[in-house]
Amino acid sequence: MVASFILIPGRTSRQGCGINEGKFNETYQRETHLLQVAPSDMEQLGLTAGDTVRLTSDFGQAEVPVIAAKRDELPAGLLFIAYGDISSRLMGGDTHGSGMPTSKGLDVTLEIL
Amino acid sequence: MAVSPPLDSEQLDNQVEHKVVQDATCTFCGCVCDDIDLHVEGDKIVDAKRACVLGNSWFLNHEIDHRPSCHIDGKPAEVTQGVERAAQILAQSKYPLIYGLSDTTSESQRVAVSIADWIDGTVDTTTSVCHGPSGMAFQGVGEVTCSLGEVRNRADMVIFWGSNPAESHPRHFTKYSLMPKGMFLPNGRKDRTAVIVDVRKTKSAKAADIFVQIKPRSDFEGLWTLRALAQDIELDAEQVLADTGYPLDKWQDLMDRMKRARFGVIFFGMGLTMTRGKHANSEALLALTRDMNRHTRFVCKPNRGHGNVTGADNVVAWRTGYPFGVNMSRGYPRFNPGEYTASDVLARGEADAAMIIASDPMGNFSQPAREHLKSIPYIAFDPKETPTTRHSAVAFTVATYGINVPGTVYRMDDVPIPLRPAFESPHPSDLELLTNIETRVRELKKQQANCNKHRPSLRPA
Ligand code: SF4
Repeated sequence: MVASFILIPGRTSRQGCGINEGKFNETYQRETHLLQVAPSDMEQLGLTAGDTVRLTSDFGQAEVPVIAAKRDELPAGLLFIAYGDISSRLMGGDTHGSGMPTSKGLDVTLEIL
Repeated sequence: MAVSPPLDSEQLDNQVEHKVVQDATCTFCGCVCDDIDLHVEGDKIVDAKRACVLGNSWFLNHEIDHRPSCHIDGKPAEVTQGVERAAQILAQSKYPLIYGLSDTTSESQRVAVSIADWIDGTVDTTTSVCHGPSGMAFQGVGEVTCSLGEVRNRADMVIFWGSNPAESHPRHFTKYSLMPKGMFLPNGRKDRTAVIVDVRKTKSAKAADIFVQIKPRSDFEGLWTLRALAQDIELDAEQVLADTGYPLDKWQDLMDRMKRARFGVIFFGMGLTMTRGKHANSEALLALTRDMNRHTRFVCKPNRGHGNVTGADNVVAWRTGYPFGVNMSRGYPRFNPGEYTASDVLARGEADAAMIIASDPMGNFSQPAREHLKSIPYIAFDPKETPTTRHSAVAFTVATYGINVPGTVYRMDDVPIPLRPAFESPHPSDLELLTNIETRVRELKKQQANCNKHRPSLRPA
C-alpha cells in the first residue's frame, strides 16, 4: 500500500544530545532513523511501532522504522523525522537560488514493507 | 634505587585536580548561556550547573578524545604533515570551498576568511542552510530588532514562528523570553502572552497561551494575512481558512492582541527558512514586524542554532561586506546565494577541493552534494569523528571551543561573549591549525605567482 504524506524533518533534543555523544553512537543513530507517524495514520495504515516503511521523494528513497507520534503532536497526513542521513537522502540538491535546499515540508510517498 | 609502590585508586583520586569554572559559556546553541558553573576533575567535566539537557550533554561528553590529532587518507599522521597536505590541496585547487565555521571561535573564523582570500576561494558558513534566507531578507526589508536583554525586560507579547525552542534552545524560555521577571514585567510569565505558530503541536506549543496551528507550507499566507489585518484590510474568511488552515476570526484576535501589546517580539526558526518560500517567508515576517511599529513597538529575531553561527555572519560580513556565500575568485568579494553557497557549489559539482571547519555536510547535505564532496580532496576539522571527517583527505581532531579553547562567540542577538575554558586538550585548536595553514598557503601562492607572472589572470592588477 502506498500513501502520500508531507515530511517535516526537524530538531529534537535527543538528536542534539546524540551529536554530543558522537554521531556514530546509538542515541544519534536511533533518533535520526525513526519516523514519527500520527497515531490516526498508524491505525489507518495498520502500522505498529517498529514496522519498516519505504519513503520516496522526487529525489531519493529511504527505508526507516516507524513509531507513533506523541498524542496530538502530529496532525494526520504529516510525518516527522529528526534531521540526519534519512532526511538528507530525501532532499533535492536545488536551492532555487537561495542556498538552502527545501529541507522541510517534503512531498513523500510511504510504502509499507 | 628505591621504587615507590603503585598508588591505590583513592590516592589516584586525590591527585586529580578539582576545580570550579564559574560563569563558563555554553556554545551548544545560539542562546550562548554564560552563567554555567563547571565542576572539573582533571580533564573531565563532572557537573555543569544551570546547563539544560543539551548543555549538560555538551559539557559532559567532550572529554579528551584519544584519537591522533591528524589523519591523512585515513591513516594517523603528524600535524605538521597534515598542515602541509592541507595547504597543498588548497593552493593547487582551481575552485576551493571553505565551509562551516559556526562551531568555532570568531578568531578562527577570521583566519578562515583570510585563507579564502589568498586562494581565490568561496567561503560559506552553515548560515546558508539555516538562516541564509533570512540573511537575504534582511538585505531586502531590514530587521527591526533588539537584544535578548530587552526581550527579557520588556516583551509582553512573545511569538515563536516555525521554531521549537523547548527542543532546540531549552533555556530560551527561562533565561530570556517567557519566564524571567523583567524591569517592566514584575510578574514574569504572568505578564506575558506566549504564542506559537507551527504545523506541529510541538513541546513548545504546550508552553504557549495561544497555539496557531497552520497548514504545512502556508507560513507566507499566514504572515500576509496578519499584514493585511494590521492595516485593517477586509479579508474573505473562507479564503483565509483555505489558504492557512486557521480561521480568520482567530487571526483577527491574534492581531488585536499584537496591537495591544506594549512590546512585541517574533522569534522565527527554520520552519520558515527551510520550507517552500524560504527568503520570501522571512521577508513577510520582517515586513509584518516593520508594519506593527505603526501600532506599537515590535521587533523580531531569528532563533539561531549553532553556538557561534551569529559570529560567522558577523566575521564574514566585516571581512568581506557580505554575511555568507562569498566568492573571492576575482580578487574582490562577490555575494550570490544559490551560486556561491556550499550546498549549490557541491551539488552542481563545481568545487574541486574544500576545507570544512566544525560542521558535517557529509551528514546533512543533499545526496548530490554529499556525493560530490566525497569525490574531491578536502580537509576536515572536528573534535569528534563524523561522516565528514571519515571521508576527508586530511582530518584534524581539534580541541573543543569553550571547553578547551578560549576566544569569542556571538550570541544570537549579536552580543559578543568571551569563552572560559575548563581544561587543556592535547589536540591543537582550529585557530592554531588555520594560522599555520594560512602561512603555508601564502608561501605556496607566492611561488605560484612567480611561476605564472606572464599568464593572463582574471584578477584585476
Ligand atoms: S540553552 Fe543552549 S546555550 Fe544555554 S545551556 Fe542549553 S544548550 Fe547551552
